[in-house]
Amino acid sequence: MTWGLWNNWMLPGIWITIQVTLYSAAIALAVSFTIGTARTSRLWIVRFLSGIYFELFRGASALVLMFWLFFALPIAAGWQLVPMWAGVLALGLTYGAYGSEIVRGALAAVPTAQREAGIALNFTKLQRLVRIELPQAWPEMIPPFNNLAIELLKGTALVSVISVADITFSANLIRFTTTESAPIYSIILVMYFVLAFLITRGMRVLERHAKAGVGKAPERSGGLWSKLSLRRGRSEAAGAITAGGAR
Amino acid sequence: MNWDWEVVEEFLPRFWDGVLVTCQALLGGTLIAFTLGLVWALAQRSNLVWVRWPVNAVTEFIRNTPLLVQLFFLFYVVPEWGPSMSPLATGVIGLGIHYSTYTAEVYRAGIDGVPRGQWEAATALNLSTAVTWRSVILPQAIRRVVPALGNYVVAMLKDSPMIAIIGALDMLGEARFFSAETFQYVEPITLVGIAFIVIAYPASLLIRALERRLATY
Repeated sequence: MTWGLWNNWMLPGIWITIQVTLYSAAIALAVSFTIGTARTSRLWIVRFLSGIYFELFRGASALVLMFWLFFALPIAAGWQLVPMWAGVLALGLTYGAYGSEIVRGALAAVPTAQREAGIALNFTKLQRLVRIELPQAWPEMIPPFNNLAIELLKGTALVSVISVADITFSANLIRFTTTESAPIYSIILVMYFVLAFLITRGMRVLERHAKAGVGKAPERSGGLWSKLSLRRGRSEAAGAITAGGAR
Repeated sequence: MNWDWEVVEEFLPRFWDGVLVTCQALLGGTLIAFTLGLVWALAQRSNLVWVRWPVNAVTEFIRNTPLLVQLFFLFYVVPEWGPSMSPLATGVIGLGIHYSTYTAEVYRAGIDGVPRGQWEAATALNLSTAVTWRSVILPQAIRRVVPALGNYVVAMLKDSPMIAIIGALDMLGEARFFSAETFQYVEPITLVGIAFIVIAYPASLLIRALERRLATY
């Protein structure tokens, strides 16, 4: 491998991957909160429409959506998205659908007495949501959001197929030029793992702050393995939202 | 927006071929993921540190790195050392191994969920380790994780179009080739997108029903 390829493609590629992750995470977060709270609405039509969004985008495959936004939308609509934004949008919309289930679940887990106290204090629905329910639900959302963020990071590799020059794209290019595939693919697998590890560390800091904010002690972590383990929260079998997103 | 039904008609035969390949990939991937996942889960409970740690490390690594890159690795790197495989075979193995690290967690949770009393009863009845696992622990553990396993099958379905990138002719692969030949992009890709939703939605309804049924035990 030559340093020219490394400096011209791989290093900017890392930055592109980080950018795609951050942008699509921002969209996913906005979608999660919008759809997640809409699904707890009292109005059936709001619940119904947000439910349709959830089922549609949870059932759709992120890669197919990305292809559709990149190849079909320009022809169907007559205008084109920059490749990176087609990728970011596809990832944000699908992972936002999974995230909405996290928000909905965490809101549902806030003790009913809290909601009733809000009613007794004559809070409006919005005040209750913003001042009582969301602040208490937020710390509970962070561990599942951590897992989802890792899934999202893994998903960003898909943007390479619509010619966004991220880590995976650069690796393919380097394989093409140097015809040596073993080192480069091994290196980028490790890179993705390191990025996932950084996400986990960041999320733990965030969780500690969020828990302190509502007067809860942070969870004690166990042995070395649980410290090194990247996934958070109770077992995924318990029905937590996962990857390709279950449930 | 101009939708041309003739293009759809032209694409349909290939689409059905693609559906078949997607089903094969899904079936193969599921078989590998379910069996290999159980192997991982049992190895993670091993008493031997030098079995437990490497298995933990490997599954953690596979789970937290992109499936697409793993597919590239299997498709371009592995043939340098060993046998070269067809895109579909690579896809099946890639999907299977990747999701086995998820199903391992599921099995682990299921095994942890078996009450302690069951283990003690097996000991009291003087059952051997193999019999304890086979006839006492696993039947109870697997029953309660069936819905969670089903969720991963749906997740795998949605990741399966990735095998088109290494050249397998699944639904998306067929759509890509068709579009490249005819320059008709809208209809094939839309059709494939709808097909995924049409398959995934009833599947998740089925899993929810299953969950309710099994929850009573």
